[in-house]
Amino acid sequence: MTDKAIEVENLTKRFGDFTAVDSVSFEVKRGEIFGFLGANGAGKSTTIRMLCGLLQSTGGTARVGGFDVNAEPDKVKATIGYMSQRFSLYEDLTVVENINFYGRVYGLSSTAIEARKKWVLEIANLNGRENSITGTLSGGWKQRLALGCAVLHEPRIVFLDEPTSGVDPVMRRKFWELINDLSSQGVTVLVTTHFLEEAEYCNDIILINAGKIIAGGSPKELKQNYIKTPILEVQCSKVIEAMSLIEKEPWALETSVFGIFLHVSVPDEQQGRSQIEAVLRSNGISWNKIERRTPSLEDVFLYLLDQEAKKAA
Amino acid sequence: MIRSLKPIIIKEFRQIRRDKRVLAILTLVPALLLLLNGYALNLDVQHIKMAVYDEEKSASSREFANSFVTSGYFDYVRMLSSSEEATALLDDAQIKCALIIPREFSHKLLSNEPVDVQVLVDGMDANSATTIVGYVRVVTLQYSQKIVQKTLAKIGRSNYIPIQFEARIWYNPELKSAKFLVPGLIGFILAITAVIATSLSIVKEKERNTIEQINVSPITPVQLIVGKMIPYALISLVAATLVLVAAYFLFDVAIKGSFFLLFCATLLFVLAALSMGLFVSTISDSQQVAFQLASLVSMLPTMILSGFMFPIRSMPVWLQVLSNITPAKFYLIILRSIILKGVGLAAFWPQVEYLLLFTTFMLSVSSRRFKKTIG
Repeated sequence: MTDKAIEVENLTKRFGDFTAVDSVSFEVKRGEIFGFLGANGAGKSTTIRMLCGLLQSTGGTARVGGFDVNAEPDKVKATIGYMSQRFSLYEDLTVVENINFYGRVYGLSSTAIEARKKWVLEIANLNGRENSITGTLSGGWKQRLALGCAVLHEPRIVFLDEPTSGVDPVMRRKFWELINDLSSQGVTVLVTTHFLEEAEYCNDIILINAGKIIAGGSPKELKQNYIKTPILEVQCSKVIEAMSLIEKEPWALETSVFGIFLHVSVPDEQQGRSQIEAVLRSNGISWNKIERRTPSLEDVFLYLLDQEAKKAA
Repeated sequence: MIRSLKPIIIKEFRQIRRDKRVLAILTLVPALLLLLNGYALNLDVQHIKMAVYDEEKSASSREFANSFVTSGYFDYVRMLSSSEEATALLDDAQIKCALIIPREFSHKLLSNEPVDVQVLVDGMDANSATTIVGYVRVVTLQYSQKIVQKTLAKIGRSNYIPIQFEARIWYNPELKSAKFLVPGLIGFILAITAVIATSLSIVKEKERNTIEQINVSPITPVQLIVGKMIPYALISLVAATLVLVAAYFLFDVAIKGSFFLLFCATLLFVLAALSMGLFVSTISDSQQVAFQLASLVSMLPTMILSGFMFPIRSMPVWLQVLSNITPAKFYLIILRSIILKGVGLAAFWPQVEYLLLFTTFMLSVSSRRFKKTIG
């Protein structure tokens, strides 16, 4: 047994003329949380669906838990848990009925189902609502129940496709605590998301754009590898006007607006700071502070996507 | 296989219990159809409203007119004073037919001359018109026969009628249309409930995305389909039994043949209907589309082409050929054979063969399509 839970090599999926996933290769170590990032339609779900044996690939190979997804989809299915982007438990069954159903589907014994039921109700915080119709639960509860049902049979590898979309931030945090728990128990978690702050929780990340991987590594590596120049965060009045002025300057490498802040990449921190101050002063824009900022993954991805767009143009 | 089917069957029953729409289709529709068709749909032609314009008003003309009423088929409405009045009453649909007896009726009869009696019949409903004309012919013939006998007696000849016939109507001696319709009704109800309910239940899994979670589980598509079909087959069989029981108490329709054969034939037909439902589910993406499509492919052919109400033999040839697309046609022949005739398997073996063929074909086509569309 290797220490690789998932090995993907040149995986490709074409629908007619359209290449949804274009020769994607990556590896996921056992027990890690692996983030799969990209915009909607970038090919995340298609890749996951191929890895779960739901979709036949057009080319390349993928091994999940040591099994080839094209040759042994049944063995793959027995090894993994999967939570789809859209809620996919039975809304017209009660919480307990859903748990019982999936327990039996995966061939668990009655005693095993009882034990796991306790656990699911615990993690989903649904004690006392066992007999509620699932459709009446709110988003966050549904999501955690779905996760509970997906890992009912204690799979070694779990695929979560946009598990937190449509869930409020508090619930989202709680959900990530669950994911961390799973990971600490040795379960490999592959999760897709478009929330970049969630990506920070991952051990490893790949970024996919138009079916291709454009970057990969740990969040720390990504920040170090791609953002080499300092980023200055400017808090000033008239942010938009300030950006349009500064981005014309040759020394401003990147400019972007983050809410009420303006982010400017410059070659040198000290020099950049005085250059920005000069531009703002000469245009009568007041500022509160200019600070060096540790780059976020958002900076990395905006930078990378920008590079891709430039390449394409 | 059985072990993995059990959770699906349990789940399916739970969902049926909670889904008001499916419950209604499975219970209310059969009950309503039985009552509607059993009582409202009466093909028997009785109590034909008749008016008489007697130009002669003699004893014999009155006797002739009376013989219609005593036959039991005609209800005498009133005496008319002109033939225009007859036309007016027919136009207003107050009467179905008018009898016009000419002035020289008794005179001609006495002098052994033929008499022309006119009967005006409302032909709007061709079927009943044909039946009415038939009744008129019988009543007139009987009356003529009486006159012939009288004449013969007068000249001293014995009471002699060359050929007598006695009709014995088999299988449905009282010629009640309920006996003809109820078996058809069972087929009709089964076709609708089984096709609609199955297609809805499968499409629902697609529509609500629950199919995705099933697809990543060890359950195979075949297991899912079989697990879904079993509850609906059971419910359809129960519905069929209820219709039979109700038909026995309400319309006196008793089963002459073997219950076991009836059960097997019904099961076979239910399978055919379920496979149609499965097919519908593979070509529709929403429950709404599935409902409409399933109603269309089940109700229309079963109503029109199966021989449920309209005899297939009187259709144009191309329609007769087309009628073979509906399995209900074959099931109805089997049902009527068992319920009304009480005959054995040999009598309807070709129909059984067809149903087997249809089911096998439908199941293989739709399960292949099913695997493709959900995979």
